[in-house]
Amino acid sequence: MISVIEGSMSKPSDFVQGTLDVLLLKILALESLHGWAISQRLTAVSGDVLQVSEGSLYPALHKLEVEGWVRAEWRPSENNRRAKFYSLTPSGRKALKQQSADWDRLSGAVSQVLRFEGAKG
Amino acid sequence: MMLLRWLSTIPLRLRTLILKSRVEQELDEELEFHLESQVEHLISRGFSPREARLMALKAIGGVDRQKERCREVRAGQWLALVGADVAFGWRQLMKRKLTTAAAVLSLGLAIGACTSAFRLIDSLFLRPMPVSHADRLYAVFRLGKGFSDGKPRAETSYEYPVFQRMRAAVQNQAQVVAVSFANRAYLTYTSDQEMEKAEVQYVSGTMFGAFGLQPGLGRLLTQGDDVTPGAHPYAVISYDYWVHRLGKDANVIGRVFHMGGHAYEVVGVGPKNFTGTEPGTVTEIFLPTMMNEGVTHRDWGWIRILVMLKPGVSSGPVQERLRAVFETLQRERAKEFSSKPKQFLERFLSWQVSLQPAPAGISNTQNDYRLPLMVLGVLVALVLLIACANVANLMSAQAAARAGEMALRFSLGARRGRLVRLVMAESAMLGLMAAALGMLFAAWATPFVVDRIQPHGEPIRLPLQPDFVVVLFAIVLTLIVTLMFGLLPALRVSKVRPVGALKGSVEPLKRRRWMHGLIAAQAAFCFLVLFLAGLFVATFTRLTQQPLGFSPERVLLVDAAAQRAQSPTVWDQTAELLRHIPGVLSVAQAGWPLLSGSTDNSFIAVNGEVNPELASTLAISPGWIDAMKIPLLSGRDFLESDTSGNIAMVNQAFARQYFGAQNPIGKRFAMQGEPGSLQVVGVIGNARYQDVREPARSLFFLPLNRVDEKGGLSPLGNETFVVRSAVDDPLAISEMLRKTITRAHPELHVTNVRTQQELIDAQTIRERLLAMLAAFFAAVALMLAGIGLYGVLSYSVLQREREFGIRIAVGAPRRNIAGLIMNHVFAVVAAGAVAGVALGTASLRYVETLLFQVNGSDPTMLAAPVAVLVAAALLAAIPPVVRAARIDPATMLRTQ
Repeated sequence: MISVIEGSMSKPSDFVQGTLDVLLLKILALESLHGWAISQRLTAVSGDVLQVSEGSLYPALHKLEVEGWVRAEWRPSENNRRAKFYSLTPSGRKALKQQSADWDRLSGAVSQVLRFEGAKG
Repeated sequence: MMLLRWLSTIPLRLRTLILKSRVEQELDEELEFHLESQVEHLISRGFSPREARLMALKAIGGVDRQKERCREVRAGQWLALVGADVAFGWRQLMKRKLTTAAAVLSLGLAIGACTSAFRLIDSLFLRPMPVSHADRLYAVFRLGKGFSDGKPRAETSYEYPVFQRMRAAVQNQAQVVAVSFANRAYLTYTSDQEMEKAEVQYVSGTMFGAFGLQPGLGRLLTQGDDVTPGAHPYAVISYDYWVHRLGKDANVIGRVFHMGGHAYEVVGVGPKNFTGTEPGTVTEIFLPTMMNEGVTHRDWGWIRILVMLKPGVSSGPVQERLRAVFETLQRERAKEFSSKPKQFLERFLSWQVSLQPAPAGISNTQNDYRLPLMVLGVLVALVLLIACANVANLMSAQAAARAGEMALRFSLGARRGRLVRLVMAESAMLGLMAAALGMLFAAWATPFVVDRIQPHGEPIRLPLQPDFVVVLFAIVLTLIVTLMFGLLPALRVSKVRPVGALKGSVEPLKRRRWMHGLIAAQAAFCFLVLFLAGLFVATFTRLTQQPLGFSPERVLLVDAAAQRAQSPTVWDQTAELLRHIPGVLSVAQAGWPLLSGSTDNSFIAVNGEVNPELASTLAISPGWIDAMKIPLLSGRDFLESDTSGNIAMVNQAFARQYFGAQNPIGKRFAMQGEPGSLQVVGVIGNARYQDVREPARSLFFLPLNRVDEKGGLSPLGNETFVVRSAVDDPLAISEMLRKTITRAHPELHVTNVRTQQELIDAQTIRERLLAMLAAFFAAVALMLAGIGLYGVLSYSVLQREREFGIRIAVGAPRRNIAGLIMNHVFAVVAAGAVAGVALGTASLRYVETLLFQVNGSDPTMLAAPVAVLVAAALLAAIPPVVRAARIDPATMLRTQ
């Protein structure tokens, strides 16, 4: 049992990664942003709870781009420097809808299970 | 739309794969921007710049690690997606092995045929010669009216003095070189007994320098070899010849071979890959033009002129100068023709020169096969289109069959783009498999066709090693083909409407219309292929059925030559020895064989009046007309004693042309430009002289043995022994003949042994090839179109089963059901055929020059393919129609 837990503990990023995708899609659904602005926004919305590391931000963005969920373009930033801005594509919007639904279902199910276990224990 | 979106991600993916550096650069820039923004942000919160930089770097976990992870994400994502699509597509294809095999086979055959045709075209016309600046190489063409018929013609032959004048006129702008027509010649390294053939080309010594070529061994010919006629007996052998004939002999320099009365010393080996300037022929020995007798004759047209422009010179002004030179020369020559007919003069002066790019070199093979290869290319392209339509219909029908599955996937959340990608992956795999098969087919088919192009009884030789252009062609072709048959089903999938599909309702009308459109297109293309094939087959049949005027069966032609011209007695004695060989029926002699392509023409004057029509002549021995089985119509054959040189025999056409209705026997005529006149002693039947296609031309025959001015018999350098044998295969006695001739006189040797039939076949080789290949592709096209029609009909019967069942249930006679389908099929096929007839009629004028005694607008030529097409359609329609008529409404309605 313990080994299994350890095994799953060794790759927490799977879980975080999935969460990160939804978060990024959600952030970009509001407006198109460049990488640094996204990281600022992330820290602001997730706060201390999720602790999304800045290091996994860019790989996640690039993955979304290859998936076709976000599109990138080079534009001048607010202080007039060339920056890569990400924005949501229509299929990204659809993916967001689906994933947030999935997330609701999953978290609902998980909390139900937890409540059930809690009742037993 | 989905498809477009999917296609739009291709550049992104390609960028990841190919333009790595660009992606890298953007990655750098993006991360740098992030770091700087973060640093500025931290500084504004009171950190020192150094601290801020360190913190920012630490937060991001190191720039290089960050980049590495981004790269992994991009590549991994791409591979994972493609891998999944491919695996799924492969499972789909393997589920239906038979249809997959049929699709791959038909597409593979068509792609292979197209690639083969392109390989031929590439190696004969497109591939630049391995010389420096092939792009600056031009050939000097002459354009003007043909002397015999006045039709426009393009020629490349010139007399040597013309070349000299042209070379001098543009020496500051270009290097002008003369190259002879490649020629199969006989040579010997040791004794006269062992003659061997080699492809020989006489070239200007300056050619190698102008082409920037370096010797493989020894030296190449130079300007120094262009000086004195007959005084430069040096030869450069090609690298290929050195390897294959001389076994890479390191001591080859200085070896001597004998050819045409000269002893040549090998001075060098050419560069690797350089095979002369005539695509279709691989030149083995290069000799200086000075060693050809033609350099001293101002009326022998035996060379082509090539122009290598100097850097920065454009072809326009050079052409102007060459034109001026040529015009001056023509006017000078024309003065000598004052006694010739006016029409001849007018045609003579119509010629002018034109510079045309010739990076690939220039040859007669190119000329003869330009149009046939293009026609062949069109035929195989049509077959490819038919095959594509088939596969498109097949995949479309399967997509329809899978509509339920697709709708389910869609409802379960698969994106449309993903579905389209699945179908496209399937198409791409089909395309790749077909391409692989096609390459195998092309690897076999191209040499197969090349072996059958034999302009001189020997196959042409082409460098066929695949080059970049061929590979590119195959790739582009495969891509286009895949798009053509894959696009339609992919678009279909993208439009899937889950509700309808899952309920089982059919949305077939529009789809069937599409499919029927493709069937009509197939019928049109198939008609065109059948029509053209019919024309070529008819042409070949007519050609082989041409009356020749003589009997070629069992006739063997032995060309013999002497190092020094020999007295007629020597030749006659040799002929007498041949008559005693068992199996020989009769032996006669002639200057050259009929239909060998050689001609000797002359204007004829009767009563001092020159006729504008040319006549041709041949010198023959007594008994020649019997050996050839040409009927003697009146008068007599030559006798052994007829050596005075003032008598002639003529053919019927000659008699009619120059003597009209009068009895020609005893009449006199003169060859223009020759002293004295000739008296007609005999009239013989018309026989084909130079070309099996030509109408009977006016011929007159002179005795082979004639006395010269000094009163003795003129010695002869070469003759052809015409041997009629008693055995069916005259070649069986050829070795015996050869030995007898060399034993008869040490100076005589056999230069060529051919049957008369070979000469006839050689003239129809192009038509035979075209007829054979066109017939083959017509069969393939018909088969594919038939299969396509069968497939679509089966599909639509399946789709309309319910409708037919109901109709039968409510009392419709079964024959009406059959009629319902048939009417529609024939409407579609007829529409296609009508379009095909229009296409065929429009294509006629492009293929006209390839036809012989065949009129393309002849109703039978058009009706026959229509009949074949309708018969094939009928055959393909029977099984599905029978199935429809046999639908049992009770069973059918119960299961639905």
